[in-house]
Amino acid sequence: MKASRPTRIELAPLALLLAAALLLAGSRAAAADNPNDACLACHSDKTLTTKRAGRTVSLYVETKKFSSSIHGSLSCTNCHADLEGKDLPHDTPLKRVDCGACHGEESKQHAKSLHGRAVARGDALAPRCASCHGNHDILSVKDPRSPVSPMNVPFTCGKCHREGTPVQTQRKIEQHNILENYAESMHGEALLRKGLSVTANCASCHTAHNILPHTDPNSSIARVNIAKTCTKCHARIEDVHRKTIKGELWEKEAHVLPACVDCHQPHKVRKVFYTQGMADADCMRCHANPNLKTRDGRPLTVHAADLSSSRHAKVACSQCHSDVNASRVRPCETITGPVDCSKCHEQISQDYQRSKHGQLFAKKDPNAPVCKECHGTHRVLGKHDPQSVTFATNIPTLCARCHREGKQAAVRYVGAQHDIIPHYRESIHGKGLLKSGLTVTATCTNCHTAHRELPKSDPESTVNPANLPATCGQCHHGIQEQFVNSVHSRTVTTTTKDLPVCSDCHSAHQIRRADEDGFKLDIMAKCGRCHAEIAKTYFETYHGKVSRLGYTKTAKCYDCHGAHDILKVTDPRSHLSRANVVETCQKCHASATRRFAGYLTHATHHDPKKYPFLFWTFWGMTSLLVGTFIAGGLHTLLWLPRAFQMRRELKAEEARQAAERNGGKEKHDGER
Amino acid sequence: MASVKEQMENVVVEEAKVAPASALAADLGDVIASDEWGPEAPPDRREFVRFTHLHRTLHACMIVSFITLALTGMSLKFSYTGWARFMSHMLGGFQTAGFIHRTAAVIMFAAFFTHIVDLFKLKKREYRSWKELILGSNSMLPMKQDLLEFIATLKWFVGIGERPQYGRWTYWEKFDYFAVFWGVFIIGSTGLTLWFPVFFTRFIPGAFINVATIIHSDEALLATGFIFTVHFFNTHLRPEKFPMDTTVFTGHMPLAELKRDKPREYQALVASGRLEQHLADPQPAIVVKTIRVFAWMALFIGFSIVVWIIYAMLFAYR
Repeated sequence: MKASRPTRIELAPLALLLAAALLLAGSRAAAADNPNDACLACHSDKTLTTKRAGRTVSLYVETKKFSSSIHGSLSCTNCHADLEGKDLPHDTPLKRVDCGACHGEESKQHAKSLHGRAVARGDALAPRCASCHGNHDILSVKDPRSPVSPMNVPFTCGKCHREGTPVQTQRKIEQHNILENYAESMHGEALLRKGLSVTANCASCHTAHNILPHTDPNSSIARVNIAKTCTKCHARIEDVHRKTIKGELWEKEAHVLPACVDCHQPHKVRKVFYTQGMADADCMRCHANPNLKTRDGRPLTVHAADLSSSRHAKVACSQCHSDVNASRVRPCETITGPVDCSKCHEQISQDYQRSKHGQLFAKKDPNAPVCKECHGTHRVLGKHDPQSVTFATNIPTLCARCHREGKQAAVRYVGAQHDIIPHYRESIHGKGLLKSGLTVTATCTNCHTAHRELPKSDPESTVNPANLPATCGQCHHGIQEQFVNSVHSRTVTTTTKDLPVCSDCHSAHQIRRADEDGFKLDIMAKCGRCHAEIAKTYFETYHGKVSRLGYTKTAKCYDCHGAHDILKVTDPRSHLSRANVVETCQKCHASATRRFAGYLTHATHHDPKKYPFLFWTFWGMTSLLVGTFIAGGLHTLLWLPRAFQMRRELKAEEARQAAERNGGKEKHDGER
Repeated sequence: MASVKEQMENVVVEEAKVAPASALAADLGDVIASDEWGPEAPPDRREFVRFTHLHRTLHACMIVSFITLALTGMSLKFSYTGWARFMSHMLGGFQTAGFIHRTAAVIMFAAFFTHIVDLFKLKKREYRSWKELILGSNSMLPMKQDLLEFIATLKWFVGIGERPQYGRWTYWEKFDYFAVFWGVFIIGSTGLTLWFPVFFTRFIPGAFINVATIIHSDEALLATGFIFTVHFFNTHLRPEKFPMDTTVFTGHMPLAELKRDKPREYQALVASGRLEQHLADPQPAIVVKTIRVFAWMALFIGFSIVVWIIYAMLFAYR
């Protein structure tokens, strides 16, 4: 409501004051000499007539009606100003009364209005002030007998705007059966049958004096203003309609949103009124046709079953295709662009625009996916519907459409992860989702979000190392709680080096069960990527050697240090603090003592400063070993030539003896 | 004799060409297709009995337990080699391998202590006092004589002396014998510490487990390395005995060999007139052949372990 147009209620005290002043003036005048008596001397005669434009017009003024009218205390010349000081009988015709002399604002509005402009054109059917308000018998708008009292407005307007009147038949009025429709509408029913005087009548929507066509942007029923007009009474109606709109969009973006009248047709206002006009049935008259195509061949067929089974079953065509214009024969001919889902899904749209998908879309990349790529068009199903492509178990397949190796998303990808889809399928998450059918298992969107996917390098990405613990913590909350307090957490350790996050040990897409042998055996290499020296020394101990042989039933990094709750050994809460270390050893060595815990789990005999006794033991043993081998080896090598010599002699001797035996035998045989 | 030696030169050369593999094949073939089921023992083929039945059994026990200990132990020590992984999995996992390792250790301990007990019995049976046993001519203890023989041997090696007249035990045999004492003490004590760390750390600091690991591991390396090379050579693979000296398995050695190898002992026996007491008929051929197969297997495994150790230490070390 503009400040320059104060309401009637605001004006009331002013009007009262004015009326009192006029009354005072009038009574003073009457006391002196009632000027109206002179006029009424002639005009109280019922037979007083005049000819005007060939018609006989009565000039009778009913004294009683005039005196009881709102102007009853005025003198005739207050309105018929041109008679002021004139002799009687006066000349005819008189000038037309100018209500604007007192009612300046109303008069101005009327002049600009449809009615006023018709008057200016000289349209004989054009209504003037008196057409609605009467002339000498004008009553207060609050008087139930007044033709402009709320209960009478429809009839007053209906004088011209009912079917069959010259206005309705001869002037260009797009609406028909206005009065009848109104009478049947919610508003009409309330006003006319239930006597609710506060319900909307013609003037509530069209205003009293500033009546303009809906095509005029200043009109109260113009598309841009209709919401404001309706919300004069239906103040919180947007809450009912679409919470996401937050009661703003109808005013702010009235050009794209459906206006009230798109659904609730003017004059016929009903609770549910989608069956006619721009209702779905109207659209489907054409779009049910299976052969309907655009000129360039895109199918335009809409399957009613798709819509009725979709999440948008209760959303009218025009709510999405909001470019439609109800006043056209083909309301859709004004459609110029694709459906803008953001009008209802505002937050999601913002996320999308921030996402890599949205960034590509903004760059007009042909591969950039838009809403319908994932959600479809008319058959939009909710993510909880197992039929939906966005249902948890279908997500990997959905994303794989572009992210499978060789597909449009995979070919442009520059990161280190490859074979993402098959790796995911083999991961604990993939198996949980796809083999065990656990819909709560993490799928692509759980980590990357559904609409705000960003590359790992983006600090806002859910898979950025800084945010990953929180992302995984959505499900693995207990683990996150441990992790954020551990030395590996950025909240605990400040360093310029990279700190490990979930994916560094568990990988991104190949995540294995942590109780699998493969994972358990890999973890040393994972820890060793940063803790190279300490991992090396681990492998010099029994624990490490057994692990390296491929067995898991021995202490590995996390058995002693903890998996996610790793703390400095100086921290009293650490598994390896003085208070806890014995208990930690006892996990495997049931009766371990404090002295047992003195075992050096990362001992190396290569460090003479840190472990001198190990260093010297090792080199002592090594010297003994080398010395023994040198002595033994030399002894053997020196022996070798003699040994061969002995062998030769021995063989020669054996041969000699054999020859002797054979010789003897032959001799013996010869004797026989 | 020299002329005969020259005459037979060709024969010797041919004999020397016989490779160990073909010798093994011959031995195996003999066992399988043996027709020598009965001993042919003419009186002059009687052999000198060097080792008692118990000695031979204990030696066999040592071989089995030692090789077992070596295989299971090395598979842990050289865990970074593929062979170790293979061996460990073959043995049924590290826990089973560990069990086998300890079982073998128990066998070795048993053999060791049986020998000690046998020494007491021996003293009771054949010696009047420990002094006689320890300082007598058959003593295993290194003596002044051994030092002299060692020096003489070195001279013989370099060609400035005759081969010494060795007695019952040469100095290298005594060395091997005490190496076992040393080894059992060192490896055995550290092994027990590693076996029962919780118990032992009631008396010693936990870091001593680390020390014990190094000592156990390196001493084992020394033992295996030494046994499978130097010991094998000294007592089995010496060219003059090639391919194998089976005395320790059969307990017997030909009298000629005694005369040649241990002349001092032979002469002492002859002088005392007790040689006859130490002679016996040869072992049945099947026993000898079986022993040879066993010995060859032990040799093969031992050499394989040496190759593995060399590979692990020189080529696969990380």
